[in-house]
Parts: sequence; C-alpha cells; structure tokens
Amino acid sequence: MTVPLSPSRPRGVSHARSWGTGGAGFLVKLALMALVNALGISIALSAWAAESWLILIATVALTISADIVYFSRRAVPMKYLFPGLSFLLIFQIFVFAYTGYVAFTNYGTGHAGSMDQAVDAALIHDERRVEGAESYPIAIVERDGELGFAIADGTEVRVGTADEPLARVSGATIGAGGSPDTVPGYQVIPRAEVLTDAALQREVVSLRVPVSGDAEDGSMRTREGSTATVYSSTLTWDDAAQTLTDSSTGTVYEPSDRGKFRSADGQELATGWYVGVGFENFIRAATDPDLRGPLTQVTVWTFAFAILSVVTAFGLGLLFALIYNDERVRGRAVLRTLFILPYAFPAFMSALLWRGMLNSEFGVINDLFFFGANINWLGDPWLAKIAILWVNLWLSYPYWFLVCTGALQALPRDTLEAATIDGAGRWRSFSSIILPQLLVATAPLAIASFAFNFNNFTIIFMLTEGGPAMGSGTNLGTTDILISAIYRISGIQGGSADYGLASALSIIVFIVIGIISAIALRQTRKLEEIS
Amino acid sequence: MNRKLIIGGALAGALVLAGCGAGADSDAPAPGETEDTQQQPAPGGPELVVWTDAEREGALREAATAFEAETGATVTLVQKNFEDLRNDFIVQVPTGEGPDITVGAHDWLGALVTAGVVDTIDIGPAADDFEPVAIEAMTYDGQLYALPYSLETIALIQNADLVGEEAPETWDDMIAAGLAVSDRPVAINTAGETGDGYTMYGFQTSFGAPVFVQDDDGSYTSDVGMGGEAGEAFAQWLFDNGSQGTGYLSTTIDYDINNELFNSGETPFTVQGPWALPSFTDVENIAVGPIPSAGGEPAAPFVGVQGFYLSSQSENSLLAQEFLVNFLGTEDAQRTLYEADPRIPALSVLADEVASDPIVAGFLESSQNGVPMPSIPEMGDVWDLWNAAEVQIINGSDPASTWNAMVTELESTIG
Repeated sequence: MTVPLSPSRPRGVSHARSWGTGGAGFLVKLALMALVNALGISIALSAWAAESWLILIATVALTISADIVYFSRRAVPMKYLFPGLSFLLIFQIFVFAYTGYVAFTNYGTGHAGSMDQAVDAALIHDERRVEGAESYPIAIVERDGELGFAIADGTEVRVGTADEPLARVSGATIGAGGSPDTVPGYQVIPRAEVLTDAALQREVVSLRVPVSGDAEDGSMRTREGSTATVYSSTLTWDDAAQTLTDSSTGTVYEPSDRGKFRSADGQELATGWYVGVGFENFIRAATDPDLRGPLTQVTVWTFAFAILSVVTAFGLGLLFALIYNDERVRGRAVLRTLFILPYAFPAFMSALLWRGMLNSEFGVINDLFFFGANINWLGDPWLAKIAILWVNLWLSYPYWFLVCTGALQALPRDTLEAATIDGAGRWRSFSSIILPQLLVATAPLAIASFAFNFNNFTIIFMLTEGGPAMGSGTNLGTTDILISAIYRISGIQGGSADYGLASALSIIVFIVIGIISAIALRQTRKLEEIS
Repeated sequence: MNRKLIIGGALAGALVLAGCGAGADSDAPAPGETEDTQQQPAPGGPELVVWTDAEREGALREAATAFEAETGATVTLVQKNFEDLRNDFIVQVPTGEGPDITVGAHDWLGALVTAGVVDTIDIGPAADDFEPVAIEAMTYDGQLYALPYSLETIALIQNADLVGEEAPETWDDMIAAGLAVSDRPVAINTAGETGDGYTMYGFQTSFGAPVFVQDDDGSYTSDVGMGGEAGEAFAQWLFDNGSQGTGYLSTTIDYDINNELFNSGETPFTVQGPWALPSFTDVENIAVGPIPSAGGEPAAPFVGVQGFYLSSQSENSLLAQEFLVNFLGTEDAQRTLYEADPRIPALSVLADEVASDPIVAGFLESSQNGVPMPSIPEMGDVWDLWNAAEVQIINGSDPASTWNAMVTELESTIG
C-alpha cells in the first residue's frame, strides 16, 4: 500500500504517528486504543470476579498484544492482521476447542456443574422442615460479632446463636410487627439492613440455631429473614474425606469417577457434576448398538441428500441458465427475476409452506396434481425423502441459475467461435468447452453448497422434523441427517440433554466435511490447471 | 467457591472474549434480550435479577415496584423467550451468570434438580391455599421447589351450536353426537406426522396406561406404566380409529389444520388447550368440558403448572425468598399475574373466582381430573419414541407389536 505523501510530514511516517496534521491521526488512534484497553480491562475484571481464569488470561493476553502491535514501530503487517486473527481466535478456534473439551466430558443432564455445587444441591435437597413445626417471627441479633436469632414465641422471647441453643431471655420486648425489637445483651439488626447487605444475607441464610442441646431436635433457620422454622437434615459433608454421610441410615456417599455421589450399595444422589470421560463419547457413537444402526442409516442418507441436492439443483440451474442465456429468448431480464423468487424467500418459511402443501389430505399437491389421491408424502420413508429433495431443489436451483448465468456470460467468446468454425456441434462445444470452464468457476461453490447441505438443519426440521420414524426402537427418523440426528440425541428439546455425546458427534461431522472439502478443492485445482 | 467450570458455554464465553461484554456481567442481558432499563440499581444496594417472558413481565413489574419501595432493593427483570429459559438457567446458574429467580414450567423440575440449580422454597401452611395438583407438580421427592402460579391443561372443546352444551361422557357418545352433524366427528391434533402424545394422553389414561407409575404420595417413579394389556388396549383403540379403521384419527391434522376444521364448523369437537381459543373466532358458542373416556376410566390429561424457581446459587437468597413467598405468593400479586396473562390460577381462591366464566370452569374441571406432567428427567426420553409409535399405529402399523417395541426401547433407554 502506498501512502500519499503530504508536505507536512516526513516520508514514511504514518498518519497515526504524525504530529504534522495537528496530531489528529495520533489522537484518533489513541482514542481507539483507549477504548480497546477499557473494554479489555472491564472484561478482565468481570472475569476475575467470576473466577473465569481462562477468559481472564485470554483477555489480558489479547489486550497486551493489541497494545504492543499498535504502539510499536515495527510489526506493520500485524497491524492489519491483528483484528482478523483475534476474531479467528475467538469465534472459530475457541468455539471449536470448547466443543472438543465438552466432547471429552459427560456434560449433560445430571452432570451440569461442579462437585461443590452437587454437594450444595444434595444438602439443599436433604434439609427439610420438621413436620408440624411452627413458624416464629424472628429478629436477627448480634453479640460480639456473632449472629443469632431472637424468636418471639407468644409473649416469650428466646435467643440463640450457632453455638448456643435457643434459651429464654427476660426483659426483651416484642414490637408491633410481632418480632422482638429489643433483646438484652444483644443488638437487634434492623430488617432493612439485613435485606440490603449481601454479605450479611449470606450469613443469615447459612445460620442454623439449634433448638436444644440435642441435635436430633433440629435447628432453626430462616428463609426470608422475618420468620424461622425448625428444619432437620441428615446429610453431612465431610470436606477432608470428600464424602456425604447420611446420619439416619449411616450410608456414606463417595464421589465416583463418573461424577456422581455413590454409596457402597450402588445408590446414587440425583445431582452430579461433570468429569472427563476420555474417548467414551466417541466410542459410544461408534459402538452403541442403539446408535450404530440408526446412525449408519442417517449417515448414508446425509451423503445422498447432500450430493443429490447439489447435483439436481446444479443441473436444473445450469439447464435454465443455458436456455435463458440464449439471445433469442425474449424478456430474459423479467424471466430471470422471476426465477430468483424462491431464492428470495426465507428457507424455513418455504419449507413450512411446502409442509402444508404436501399434506396428504388437505394439501394442494395431491388435490391439484394427483387427482385428490391420498399420497402420504411426509409419512412414507421414501416419499418423504423425495419430498425433501424436491423442496430443496425448488429452494436452491435459482442460486445455481444465477451463478451459471454469470459464469456463462463471463466465458470468452473466441474459443466458442473457434470451436464452431472447427465444426463442433452444440453438444460437443458444451461438453468440451463450456462445461469445463464453467466448472472451474463453480466447483468451489458446489463444494461449499455440499458442506452447507450436509448441515442443512432448516429444511429437514421444518419439513419433516426427521420423520417418519425409523421405528426400530430409536427416536431417529428416516429423513434425519447427521446434524438433526445430533440435535435429537443431544436431547435439548426434551430436557434430558447429553451435550458430551452431541459434541463428539459434531466433531466427527466436522472432520468428515473437512476431509471431503479438502479432497474436493484439491481436485478443483487440477481442473484449473487443465483449462 | 471453586469453579472448575472455566467457561459457561461456548457462546457465552465467546461473547465475553469478543468484547460484547454481554456474558461478563452477571446481570447484563445477552443479545436478544431486553432489559428493564428504568430501574437503576441503588448504589451498593442489593439487586434481584428475575428472568421472565414477555407475557408476565408487566405483572411482575408491579409486584417488583411494591417490593422495591418496601425493601430498598432493586428488581431487574430480564425478558427472554420462554423456550430458552430452561436451558439458559441450567447452563448459566453454575457459572454465576444466572438470575436469582426465573419463571418456569413444572416439568423442567427434574432437569433443574439433577443439574443442582434450584433451591427449595418454604411456603409453610400457605401450601393449602393452592390447588393440590399445583403443589404436587412443584414438589420433587417431598421438597417444594417453586412457587406455583398457574395451571394449564387441555379439555374437550365443542361447538355448542352444533352439538349442544352437554359434554359427552364417553368417546362413543361423542362420536355419535359428532356424526349426527358432520362426517368428521372430531379433530385431534397429531402434529402431522410427528405425533402428539400430549393431546392423546387423556384417552390413554382412560385405558389405565400412565406414562410412568406414580407412587403413593403422587411422585412419579421411573417405571414405565404404558406396557401390558392396558397399553395394548389403547394401541388397539388408536389403530381402530386410525387410517385402517374408522379414520377419526389422522396424521394429516396438525395444530393449524385442527383449529381451522373446528373454527369452520367442519368438526364439532376438538381437544385443545385454552391457547387455541383465539383461533376460534367464527364459532359463536363454545362449550368446554372434561375429555370423554375412551377406555372406561376417567380421562386424565396432563396438567402443566407454571411458577417461579429460585436459583441455588443466588447471592441474595434471603431477599429472593422474601420476594417470592411474601410478594409473588400473595393473592394480589397472583391476581395481577392472572390479569396480565389469563391462565387458570393455581391459588384456589382465585381459581374459584375466575371459574364464574364457564369456559375457564371447563378447563378447571378438566385439570381437576388431570395429573401433573411427569417432571422427572426420564420424561425427556419419552416424547420422541412415544409420539412416533402413536403415529405409526394411526398410520396402520400393527398396534400391539409397535406399542410394545416402543415400551421395551423406552425401558432400556431409561435403564
């Protein structure tokens, strides 16, 4: 890139460094970099607060490198590459790495958080209100930095802390709200203060005041700071041994390597955490008999669907492009515009419309074209596949029509003329000259289109939702392609999710598409060399 | 707290890194959400973040304003799509990005409990003020996990001008009454070829074949209850009324076609929820009643309960409990919620009050026959297999073997 020289600054100094124009360039750069840094610091601080160390490190690294790159005199190419590289890092590499990470865990229903959270959940679930226990109005009290509850039981006030069981105090008064308002020896903390101080709230929520010296009687806790009830719990967490013990039955739950608390006799607590499971998800995808059979069928159909979609749409688009490229056709501009209409429609809307039109009883397709016959387009495995290919053809041939028309018009006329002079017929000049040259321009697009259709979730989901069912005891359908099968297997819709398995499957799909695209692009390059 | 979970979700993390800053701040809305911006947090004061959908936002705002005035806390409402709430809650609570409270449906409960993201709540004796099915639905393994506020269920909807107000007792009575006025006596949505076990469930339970067996206190076990003779009888009934039989059940009917058939008067009966009523603009007199029995026993449709969940990782759980139980749980707040989004109230007093409307009374009656939709996580494995088997039988597959294959597969999936 050549920088136009201005008389006021020495040759080779960029606008961003020059003071010659009043420093405007430098100031703009400074302002932009200040923004970038402010953003980086704010994200870093949030990440620090959320204890997300990876995000913190990445943010700091990115911000520092941005400063180095843009304030250094060297690294000129980096100045251009840096934004692109950071976006690549964030949106592609990070997402892919994270998917990879999830694929090696059992992240999903029952394994969604950390072990600490599973312990919390078990303790929360275990602590129950003692049956028939009354609720008492309470005040939060403090003595020597220790919190306690003062309970109004009729006209009597009892007070206690975590270490001292509830005991009667004399001389306390009960306020208009029914809760104690003065307690001798203690300081009553106003309720407004309790509710507005987050740290105090946490302490109050975790405070348990024993009802008596006997632990069996349970302890008082408050949920909202104004009343307290007797609760009892049987599970206790032993931090040193990392076990949960049920004191009523004596059962000890130990963490298993599958991310669940498990007792010796095989009982498991509901909430687990996620753990690394190595290649298990990949192995399961390949060997689980419930998945293997259906997935093979799905894979075959995915390839058939993607290849046929590209071939049919390309063929039809090319045919129309050839026809409507002929100068003898009148009103070509208008006709071409009309052809593009399906392309201009949102695909999911079209697919939904087609779903209605293909309805065997109420749809117009059967009524108009098949004399009202009840052809079950979406209910028969083969007809449903044909219907999908047909709708996808309808949706995508205009794209190829457009692309081929453009490519045809860009073909050099002299070779064609030379061929005609040499006596080549229509077919000969098409197959030997037009098509090869056309393919050079369109083959990369065909590969992209193949990759797109390989993952064309929209049309499958909007038209058939993968149905009709395969019926051999699997929840997959006969028109499911890999991506929709993954969606079903992941179970997000039903609420019983298995993200680990779904991630493993998506990685396999990614690798398959990657390999195919690489091979195909290599072939295309050969095509280019020929022409 | 040790957060081994470094990053919440690929996207959330990517957004943070990208500098949208959206996921970075615990109360900042992700793209696509709108935040109530009128309320600025009081400096240093505590803040409650509540996730809601559009319908309930207005009503919650009123309760929140009263709460803010009394406690000095700030309530921030974050509006999200209802369908996104469950997964976002499960994914974001463990990372500390989640809200303090979210609106939700009761059948999420199992997934939320096993994910460890919900806290129990204690409404004490006030539980008796709610419809029993609502409390039962929000209870998991003996613990109450959410404050219920509304019920929803499906019922038999009939065109009173064609077949009168009287609700038929049995399927056969209904078919007879329907045939007298139309050759399509009833329309039942099967979601096209996808299948819709939800709508069909009332008929299924009338054969005594529940999805999961309930134990004595009403909790669902993970034992599949659809097998055996009762299940086969229901499958046979599907077959007899399907494409190889009378044809009253058809996989050509999806939600829209179903509503169109009823609205145009082409069919006098349909089974739908209150959400379909706005589609029935052309039917002048609608009567709503319990679903007729097909197998002899009372038809018990699924009842859905909506309510408010409390995050197990809430930083302000005292305040959140206070807001949930002492503000949203009151009759006034529940009435406001009803007025903002009229569903059958879970609070009995209100339910009786709104039952003066015969249509609401019909749905309420149907819900009182009903059972809560299972909230155990295993239910997530049921839908696809169950729906597909029903559609196959309606389309003419052998009823007993198709049904039993589905039950077997289900049992092996659940393990």
